Amino acid sequence: MTAEREPLYLRRRQGFSHWVRSGEPMVWFNAGAVSFALLAVFGLLWLLAWHGLGHFWPRELLQFSVNSETRQITVLGEQVSSERVSAEQLRGAGIASQAEGGWEWRRLIKRGNRDFFGTDFIWLLDSRVLEVSRPSGVMRVERLEWGNLYGRLLWLEQDGKVITDADADADADADGVWALFQGLIAANRSVRDEIRALEREEVGGINFAMERLRLRERGLVLDGEPVPAELARQRAMLESQYEGARRRLLALYQQSERYSYRVRLADGREVTLPLGQVVRAILPNDMGPLAKLNYYRLRLWEFLSDEPREANTEGGVYPAIFGTVLMVLLMSIIVTPFGVLAAVFLHEVAGQGRITRVFRAAVNNLAGVPSIVYGIFGLGFFVYGVGGEMDRLFFPEALPSPTYGTPGLMWASLTLALLTLPVVIVATEEGLARIPQSIREGSLALGATRAETLWRVVLPMASPAMMTGVILAVARAAGEVAPLMLVGVVKLAPTLPLDGNFPYLHLEQKFMHLGFHIYDVGFQSPNIEAARPLVYATALLLVLIIALLNLAAVALRNRLRERYAALDGS
Amino acid sequence: MSTHGFDLDAMNRRPWAPAPEADVALSVERLNLSYSGKPALRDIDLSIPRRRVTAFIGPSGCGKSSLLRCFNRMNDLVDGCVVSGRVMLEDTNIYLPTVDVSQLRRRVGMVFQKPNPFPMSVYENVAYGLRIQGINRRRHLDEIVEKSLRSAALWDEVKDRLEDNALGLSGGQQQRLVIARTIAVEPEMVLLDEPASSLDPISTLKIEELIYELKSKYTIVIVTHNMQQAARVSDMTAFMNLGRLVEYDSTDRLFTNPRQRQTEDYITGRYG
Repeated sequence: MTAEREPLYLRRRQGFSHWVRSGEPMVWFNAGAVSFALLAVFGLLWLLAWHGLGHFWPRELLQFSVNSETRQITVLGEQVSSERVSAEQLRGAGIASQAEGGWEWRRLIKRGNRDFFGTDFIWLLDSRVLEVSRPSGVMRVERLEWGNLYGRLLWLEQDGKVITDADADADADADGVWALFQGLIAANRSVRDEIRALEREEVGGINFAMERLRLRERGLVLDGEPVPAELARQRAMLESQYEGARRRLLALYQQSERYSYRVRLADGREVTLPLGQVVRAILPNDMGPLAKLNYYRLRLWEFLSDEPREANTEGGVYPAIFGTVLMVLLMSIIVTPFGVLAAVFLHEVAGQGRITRVFRAAVNNLAGVPSIVYGIFGLGFFVYGVGGEMDRLFFPEALPSPTYGTPGLMWASLTLALLTLPVVIVATEEGLARIPQSIREGSLALGATRAETLWRVVLPMASPAMMTGVILAVARAAGEVAPLMLVGVVKLAPTLPLDGNFPYLHLEQKFMHLGFHIYDVGFQSPNIEAARPLVYATALLLVLIIALLNLAAVALRNRLRERYAALDGS
Repeated sequence: MSTHGFDLDAMNRRPWAPAPEADVALSVERLNLSYSGKPALRDIDLSIPRRRVTAFIGPSGCGKSSLLRCFNRMNDLVDGCVVSGRVMLEDTNIYLPTVDVSQLRRRVGMVFQKPNPFPMSVYENVAYGLRIQGINRRRHLDEIVEKSLRSAALWDEVKDRLEDNALGLSGGQQQRLVIARTIAVEPEMVLLDEPASSLDPISTLKIEELIYELKSKYTIVIVTHNMQQAARVSDMTAFMNLGRLVEYDSTDRLFTNPRQRQTEDYITGRYG
């Protein structure tokens, strides 16, 4: 040992307490918290995507020979899931189980053909399955009603007469029948599109005009004025137009009802079904990966662009997307000016005294009111109060059926605007507070009035903060469901609130909403198993749409920030 | 001893002797000012000569900035500020309730301690005051913007970047831009509130040269902490302390031969 000791600053300090004091653990905790948050977000998205997006993939069709209680049956369908159940549970359900160890595997098969079997789904116990095969040439048919159909195509009929027979000849002929089937489905699809366009646009337009005519007439009667003969003439004209449209519709319907197809089901039954009901038909077991991918794309697009069918368990969610986005846009348009005006008053106009502080606290506390309370308020104040009064004043001819005195798009937007008002006010006020007094003084010193200063300098500089407020408002409003159920959202809206009939935007109409759609499909559906994947897919879609709306607002804010980059991080 | 009225003889002795018609641009009579009941200015009487540079010096908190801000009623913006007495600008008391404050501020421009350009282009900064007045003709604006920037000795530095954001300029450039913005509306008087205190020595020098140039057209009042600066740029100097005007005289005399003991202590550095 030397007498010389190391200088103090060179001595290494060690030990746990030193490690704690160095701040290192804090760094780890912080990083851990961030990772946890990231994992939660990505886990959520992954879960939604996994359950939701798989639904559109064409699964293979499996054929099971099952030993039922008394006889042997054949089941054809898609395997949805499998799980382990206890024998006890099975016995409780009245199923005799011979499982060793008390556990058994069972799988959920979607066998479709609800019109013949009663249910879409069936549980199969693995212990009873004798044989599983993957037969070729079985098809999966999506229909407008009764859900999917699984079976083997036999022949096609036109006006009740067989036009081809697959059983008669070789395989080559079966391909011919299949090609003809596809051709007829495509032709039928265009007929259906035509029918829909005719019903929507022409008949819808005529009905709309008739209703306005009726209201005008009734309005004149209510005012005690004579009804001019002109109205009767217009009505006659509309009626003749309607007659023409109806005749064309009838012809189209007859055309779509001419064809039918013969199918052999899994249990050997042979049935004839109308071809007009077919949306799409595929042979999943004979498809290549490219064909599957193409089919997947089609289904996904249908989900995004089509209307729901079968109590929302099939088809798409387009009306709900449309309703959500439109409602959020209307909400932003309403809430921004109100929030900005209120914030400007609180921060620029009112003196910073006790009363202003009380007002500010009140506004901030509004943000904490549960959203359902806003829904009740919207229903009581907007719908019944304002809407009812509007009906009495402006639409007496339509009474007793309400025009605005019923839940609708406008009231929903207004209610959500109220709900998000505090957010916009607080964000804007923060933005205003960050603008240095010297900038205002600079403008005033040049002879600008306070109003000119506000308009030309202060508000542009505060615009990024306003956008922040709108972003937060959009994020909150787009995910809100509870108040909407009271003030305008419905399970199924027959028409979009935006169409070709004057005044184009129908604020009094009810609309569909993705959030409520999730609730409805998930909890109010008659066919839970069929609807479950759609719940996940819709939830994912809602998240993506909110993210998109937010991204758009963020992009706008960043542009504003660049322009008015006076302040760091405003 | 008089604290108001000028010693024209003293001024005329200076090498840049003013025209003999040097007269009063603004006069203050028995001005008192308090913030929420606390008095900040007491019984101020003084007159500002036209087309001269008048400097206010004094220790921090002596009220020199408050006094300056009375000249264009910038104090109106402060909650709880009460002013009594008269501030006469061309025979009008600017504190009369009938006075249009924005009109007054157009006539009495102000430059602040920290450069405060708006977050707009250089061009729009200078054009701002004109647009407020409703002047929007591009040709007219171009003309005034160029003239103002030249007067503020900034034109050569920014003529190629008129559309760039003014916040990209250096501090000294920003301050000269603010001066250009102020003189673009053709005020009669320019108030400078410690205009060089946040700038580097080179920029300070440029500002001082600019003040010297501007004197031929505008009445200038400058508040400064820097006694050398007051001595360099001003014709008249007022020394203030504790809300009172202690001494007001030609700069030469105030710095070489102060009449008050307080003034002498302050300028020789014995104060406080």
